[in-house]
Parts: sequence; C-alpha cells; structure tokens
Amino acid sequence: MSTLEQMYQQVILDHAKHPVGRGLVDVASVAGHLAGESHQVNPTCGDEVTLRVDVTPEGSVAGVSWEGQGCSISQASVSVMTSLVEGADLAEVARLDGLFHDLMSSRGKGLGDDDAEDALGDATAFTGVSQYPARIKCALLGWAALKDSLARSGALATS
Amino acid sequence: MTTATVRPGDPALQPAETGSLSTTELAAVRADFPLLERTVRGGQPLVYLDSAATAQKPQVVLDTEVDFYEQRNAAVHRGAHQLAEEATEAFEQARAAVAAFVGADEGEIVWQPGATAAINVVAYAFSNATLGRGGEAAARFRLAPGDEIVVTEAEHHANLVPWQELCARTGAVLRWIPVGDDGRLDLSNLDEVVTERTKVLAFGHVSNVTGAIAPVATLVAAAKRVGALTVLDACQSVPNLPVDLHALGVDFAAFSGHKMLGPTGVGALYGRRELLEAMPPTVTGGSMVEVVTMETTTYAPPPQRFEAGTQMVAQAVGMGCAAQYLGELGMAGVARHETELAAEMLKIADIPGVRVIGPLDTADRLAVVSFVVDGVHAHDVGQVLDDKGIAVRVGHHCAQPLHRRFGVAATARASASVYTTVEEVVAFREALAGVRAFFGVE
Repeated sequence: MSTLEQMYQQVILDHAKHPVGRGLVDVASVAGHLAGESHQVNPTCGDEVTLRVDVTPEGSVAGVSWEGQGCSISQASVSVMTSLVEGADLAEVARLDGLFHDLMSSRGKGLGDDDAEDALGDATAFTGVSQYPARIKCALLGWAALKDSLARSGALATS
Repeated sequence: MTTATVRPGDPALQPAETGSLSTTELAAVRADFPLLERTVRGGQPLVYLDSAATAQKPQVVLDTEVDFYEQRNAAVHRGAHQLAEEATEAFEQARAAVAAFVGADEGEIVWQPGATAAINVVAYAFSNATLGRGGEAAARFRLAPGDEIVVTEAEHHANLVPWQELCARTGAVLRWIPVGDDGRLDLSNLDEVVTERTKVLAFGHVSNVTGAIAPVATLVAAAKRVGALTVLDACQSVPNLPVDLHALGVDFAAFSGHKMLGPTGVGALYGRRELLEAMPPTVTGGSMVEVVTMETTTYAPPPQRFEAGTQMVAQAVGMGCAAQYLGELGMAGVARHETELAAEMLKIADIPGVRVIGPLDTADRLAVVSFVVDGVHAHDVGQVLDDKGIAVRVGHHCAQPLHRRFGVAATARASASVYTTVEEVVAFREALAGVRAFFGVE
C-alpha cells in the first residue's frame, strides 16, 4: 500500500461519504442532562465543524451531532469519533482523546499497543495521516470540538 | 557560479518579438534553479506549481546574498569604514535595480519586509495624517467620517484587512468593486462605487486566485477623476509581466521579493516622489530621523523616512539581483511564456468534474489557475497531486471573500513562473484527471 493509500484507507473514505452523526440535533432539555456546543475552524484551510454533545446525569455521552465542511480526513475523523464516543463515559472519552492525539504524533508508526488500538477501533485507520504533518490538524478538528463542547456543557466540572 | 551554458542576458537567450521562451532557453533557465533538481515523495521529479505563493530562487540570487555576507556585511548609511561604504553601495544599487525594473525612480522605492508591510505603511500614513501628523503637507492623507476607501472583492487579505482597519480607526467607509461570474472585476457600476467621497482606490494588478489582470488604466482614470489615490498590489504582476509603474500612473504599489525569485523578508513600496515626501512616517526609530531631541524629532526625506531600524540588507541586495535576472531574461518573453502555460493549464476545464474559478480564456490573465473538483475537497486533491510530486496550493489563498463569492470554501491552485514547463503542466493535468477515480467519485 502506498503512503497515500495508507492515509486514505477505505474506512476513512466510507466515513467521509456516509458520515455518522452529521446533521445537528436539537438537544432537548432532558432532566439532568448537560448539553454543549462548539464551533471549531481551521483558519489555514477553512475546514470547520459545529458539534453538539449531550451528556447524561451519570456522566456518559448520550449523543453527538455535528455539521461541518472540509476535507475527507477532517469529516471522516468527526464521523469515526462520533461512533466511538457515543455511550462512553467521560473518563473513557478523555482516554480516547489522549490515545488519538498520541496516534497523530506517531509519524505513521501507530501506538504499538494492541489494547490502545482496540480501544480506538476504526480511528486507528488515521495512522497513515500522521505521516503528513500538514494533515494532522484535519484529523484533530473534531476531537477539539468534542473537548470544547464537553467543557462548555459543564459536564467536565461535575464529573 | 551556475552550470548553465547560456546565461540570461546572452543575445541567444533574448526571446523573439513574438515568441515565448524556447526549449533551449527554458532549459538554461531551469539549470539556474538548484531546487528544481531535487526529487520528492519517493524519488519523483518535483513539479513545482506553487510559484504564486513563493517562487524558487536562481543560484545567482543565492550567491549574491552569500557574497554580501562573506564580503560586504556592514551597517548601511553610517560608519566611515570601507565595508560600510561597500554595503551601502550594494544596498542602494539594489534599490536602483528594483526601481529600473518596475519603471520607477530610485527615490520612489522604499524597502519593506514584504508587500503586506508596504501596504500597511500607506494605510498607517493615512491614519497618522488623520491624527494631525505630517502637518499641512500631509493634508491629502487625512480622512474624515464619510470618506470612502474602495477595494475589490478579488483582493488578497493583505490588500483588504489593512483598509478595513484604517476605516475602523478613522470612521471612513469601505466599499468594493464586485467580481463577475467570469472572475473578472465587474466595472458596470464603477461610477457608483468610485465617487467624490473616494479617497483611496486599492486593487490588485493580478488576482492571486483567478489570475485575471485588472484593467489598471480604467481604474486609475476613475480614481483620478475624483482625486482619489491609487494603491496597486503588484505582487503577482511584477514577477510575470512587464510592469512600468510610471506608465500605469498609480500613486503607490507594493510587491514582494520572494515571489519575484528573490529572498523572503524583503519587499518594496513604490510611492510617487511627491506623495512619499508629504507622507508622515509609520514605523519610527533609528535611521529614519534628522534631528532628535528629548522633546521632538524631525524626519529624514524618503525613502529613509520609511526605513526605520536596521534594514534587511542582504535580502534587499538579493531582491535587486532577482530584478536584474528577470530584466535580463526579458519580461516580454516571460509574459508570453505565462500565456502559453495559462493555455495549457486551462485545459483542465475539460476534465469531467473540474471547475475553474476565473477566466477560461488566456486574454488578460496569467498562469494562475484555481479550481475545484466536484465531490473532492481541495486538500484531498492537493494530496493526490503531491503523491505524484506535483506541488499546488490548497485553501483560500488569503482571499476568503473571493472564495465566498464563488460559493466555495477552498480551491486548489496551480501557478507558474519563468522556470515552469509545458511538460510539467501536462503531468499536472494527467494526475488531476485521476483524482476523482481515486476517491471513487464519478
């Protein structure tokens, strides 16, 4: 597989074409739930994402919805992240966020840790992206939006 | 110095009256650019189609800069020693070379760190004059609420944001000339946009997105009719077209060294002599003064008035060398080479799913071609081209309003310079034709 094909893995192209969670959902004020929204822009390329998160009183992600425009890497990454974090508790979300950032710093080598890569699931498909320094920020855009929307929801303070 | 057997300036290299650069000439030119010999992405030849962002440098420019540091380095315009004399001479000769290259007088060229800085000097001069600086001499730079500054929808942010800021500081109002569907300025309502209230008309000579050449004569005439000053962003034109600023009749112009085969960190502000003399300084400090007391300071005449602090001497000398290199190559031939390459680039419009943003004909345009590919984001297009060793720019190219005008967030852009070949453009077209298939979009 060429480095280009390593970056554009089929799972990434599939998520870019058929994204999960795309289309902002009004987060109804369910008793005890916390909701947050974040808009992130990558000013150098114009990629953007608006993401909403809904957190249960128990501190797990009840739902993520988003709207965005940008390259296949940025859009697929939000999509993969959405399917990964739905249902996860906030400690697990923080762990996945850390693992994904580590993956993006791995210069194409991956994490070298089967447990960690199992936890990341489809998100390990982005390993190839980490060989292209200019594209790492594309893959991280959605994760930045998730972290910020969780902070804005107030869920991080209470968890 | 270089491996080229034919040097620019040799009679053999002078293009015929109607011809572009011949294959032999182009080969000689390419041999002058060491970076073009390197390979990328697994040993593939580099196809550099990003010269509108920054151009590669001929060996003679690199050598000139190194030679300055090795043989002449000293502070300019001060010091009685021999090195200071030689450094000053090199610095001022470079100014003369740049002035001659763009049809200006020596005293009308002000060194700046780049074109962005150059435009800001003019904008802040208006600001300072409005605050009363520069006295009566600077009266024509004063702005009042209700005065208007006119730009175009096609501007690079460098020729837009400084004017927005100037308006915010002074109460002046920003207006703009729209861009038509063909990517050219829509002048149908020019008389309604450029009016007696207009104090500045700032516009790009050549769009860094569409490649369209602005109708300078028409715009300058419109500004002159109402007494407005004109500011020309000449970043894209100076490297690729014969430019005679006196003949164009603009009041100010800005261009950068690095896009015209020179170093980064240096650019030039052109101002008509009488205007530079009347303009208050913006950046102040050492080297730009006459008499300094604890209470007050009088300022040096231009161009030094606008060159505060230690200057980027080696880069300026390199920019002078680049101007000379291009001048010897002959800008008429360079412009014809551009037209030939533009025609080759525009053939991408025949590739299914490719849409060119800008004029589709080669009249009044340069080889700067921005485009979108249906169903594939510009970044992904650029990545696939890069995989074949083809370097293009992706994004909004510092022209967000123009992209918004065409309803796109980002485009990919191919752009040429003196060293670009038709074969490179053909390789680009062939790689581009495979992009949609790679992403499974048909």
